[in-house]
Amino acid sequence: MSDTTKQAPSPADVASLARPRPAAEARPVEPVGPVTPAREVTGAQALVLSLEAIGCDTVFGIPGGAILPAYDPMLDSKKVRHILVRHEQGAGHAAEGYASATGKVGVCMATSGPGATNLVTPLADAHMDSVPVVAITGQVASGAIGTDAFQEADIRGITMPITKHNYLVTDPAKIPQAIAEAFHVASTGRPGPVLVDISKDALQATTTFSWPPQIDLPGYRPVLRPHGKQIREASRLMAAAKRPVLYVGGGVVRARASEALRRLVELTGIPVVTTLMARGTVPDSEPLNLGMPGMHGTVAAVTSLQKSDLLITLGARFDDRVTGQLSTFAPHAKVIHADIDPAEISKNRIADVPIVGDVGEVIKDLIEQVTLDRASADADTDAWDYAAWRERVADWKRTFPLGWTDSEDGTLSPQYVIERIGALTGPEATYVAGVGQHQMWAAQFVKYERPNAWINSGGLGTMGFSVPAAMGAKVAEPERTVWAIDGDGCFQMTNQELATCVINNIPIKVAIINNSSLGMVRQWQTLFYNERYSNTDLQPTTQRVPDFVKLADAYGCLGLRAETPEEVDAVIKQALETNDRPVVIDFIVHRDAMVWPMVPAGVSNDMIQAARHEAPVWERED
Amino acid sequence: MSKHTLSVLVEDKPGVLTRVAALFSRRGFNINSLAVGPTELPDISRITVVVEVEGAALEQVTKQLNKLIEVLKVVELDPHASVQREILLVKVRADPATRSQVIDTIQLFKAKVVDVTTDAIVIEATGTSDKLRALLDVLEPFGIKELVQSGMVAVGRGSRSITDRSLRSA
Repeated sequence: MSDTTKQAPSPADVASLARPRPAAEARPVEPVGPVTPAREVTGAQALVLSLEAIGCDTVFGIPGGAILPAYDPMLDSKKVRHILVRHEQGAGHAAEGYASATGKVGVCMATSGPGATNLVTPLADAHMDSVPVVAITGQVASGAIGTDAFQEADIRGITMPITKHNYLVTDPAKIPQAIAEAFHVASTGRPGPVLVDISKDALQATTTFSWPPQIDLPGYRPVLRPHGKQIREASRLMAAAKRPVLYVGGGVVRARASEALRRLVELTGIPVVTTLMARGTVPDSEPLNLGMPGMHGTVAAVTSLQKSDLLITLGARFDDRVTGQLSTFAPHAKVIHADIDPAEISKNRIADVPIVGDVGEVIKDLIEQVTLDRASADADTDAWDYAAWRERVADWKRTFPLGWTDSEDGTLSPQYVIERIGALTGPEATYVAGVGQHQMWAAQFVKYERPNAWINSGGLGTMGFSVPAAMGAKVAEPERTVWAIDGDGCFQMTNQELATCVINNIPIKVAIINNSSLGMVRQWQTLFYNERYSNTDLQPTTQRVPDFVKLADAYGCLGLRAETPEEVDAVIKQALETNDRPVVIDFIVHRDAMVWPMVPAGVSNDMIQAARHEAPVWERED
Repeated sequence: MSKHTLSVLVEDKPGVLTRVAALFSRRGFNINSLAVGPTELPDISRITVVVEVEGAALEQVTKQLNKLIEVLKVVELDPHASVQREILLVKVRADPATRSQVIDTIQLFKAKVVDVTTDAIVIEATGTSDKLRALLDVLEPFGIKELVQSGMVAVGRGSRSITDRSLRSA
């Protein structure tokens, strides 16, 4: 008999493959919240009391038949603020925005059937981007489950592949435990969404409530501490490398490890690329930060990975949008791969040094080891010396800066609008994007100096993410300016949450980058479909359908519009001065602007084009 | 592609089989055989799954299985160091003229007759997939009316148990 542990060569993998359950060693999960003696309550009261005890202060949701019992005690709660949204998808994205801004668990609530299925998109989104979210749904009474009852949907079955874990609770006594476990699973290890589906009869029945409940998760023990041998091996590769790159992903944001990462960059002087999910983990003002890698990454970031001899991968997952054609990605590089999720390691790219652990712990240990190894390094060797490499990447950064060409007719450039929003608002604000061209430009042209300043839908690419997620981010941090940088296509998918923002005094600022088309799809039609614009034109006539300024006005927001470069600063400043209600600015931009640089899908990153028909020309040794 | 036998210890909770089976289809791994049943420990079930994958993909399957909260342990069983069995029930055409011939044949496989009628018998056999396939090959000429076969179950040889230390709380 061969235990899979014996096949795995590295100690890091041993930890991941075998998951023994030594009862004696099992660390009890620390109870959260005040200890409450047992008392008689309804299941619904137990739910609300559990949310209060665990420290949940905000729930985004919509009531309905099956969840109705839970909304009665919710009315009396002094600790949990329920924000009534206009669509359950908005509740889910708001919970994501809340969680992404703060690292706390975001909570959304919906009724059975259609209420629950409307949460599917945000749950899938949170699953892809590792956002800690707990979704609570009502279910039809347990006796009716399986009978195709009114508003019945098997939401536990539906969400199995898109949640980290999920529950169906039909026993009122188990509600506190399910809630406690859901928050624990959502927020620890690799974060993710957890759904708790509770039948209506369980909410109505009488039970006893006490806190904290027993948490029983024998199969869930994330490995946090990296293995010392792997850290030493990583440091050894770093010493020997000549062209190392820190390839940093969203895991560093989720692990709150940005400070530690900055120390590692300072200590080693290794250039950094920050993926779409990691923008802000290293300040853009840091000269070693080469920006975003991938399909629309900077020439310096993409090229540095292609030429590198060592990738120090921290909380990133070799997504296809970063690697392009996998077989030609970073062909000369050895790979150190640190991730809290063992399944990410060697999933796409085989790691030479796999490190399973919390990336904050990994970086801390790396700093110690590197400091030690450098101190004992022979002064005569060129170990730890990357000066020549730094010069090369700095040269790429200088030669191929991000930029754009304005349109010939003087109409507004979307990139200019986004750059001005970032410049006038500053790094303390939170920027939340939708999905498409405006998202890429927002990742490129806003300068990020802190983690969590940039929130977007990376993995799933969910159009409509921006407005509700910005709402959630603003609720989490009301003192911050929160910009939703959205496209006109995206905005029309979820703008109903402007009503929620107005009514609940959540003054977000929405910049609609209005090119009257589905811009990213149109860009691909321009480049790859012979300029045949099939179904991407959202405004075929000169009539504004809808008129976003009037729409904003109808919702009780301040509606503004800018159509020329001269008008841009004035409307942004007016938006920044308006804090008593949400602001919507309709920026009418030219529709032929394209996102550059670009690596076409499925080809090698060596094929990067800095602009249309402009591939970088490399000196011979490159 | 090579076959690998995985023993998966799981908490005996509703939906856990769905989670495991759906994981395989969702990630594009092909299940050859699947069997679920109780273990010597209360509240713990054992899923034996035979999967056809290459080496790197096997590691990915194992890691993805381990990510499921209700999965307690995943162990690959080496075919040379484990006992692997399937059970086969097959209904074969057998009239008084051919019956003794059928019975003679199946005795070579240590299979037994569990039901007899005038024109058919039901045979029960256990063994590895190869043995059962060989049995079916020789029964084929008599006429197979119906057959049903279980997924494979497997246990490692020797005194060690995959539930040792790790799962026993005492």
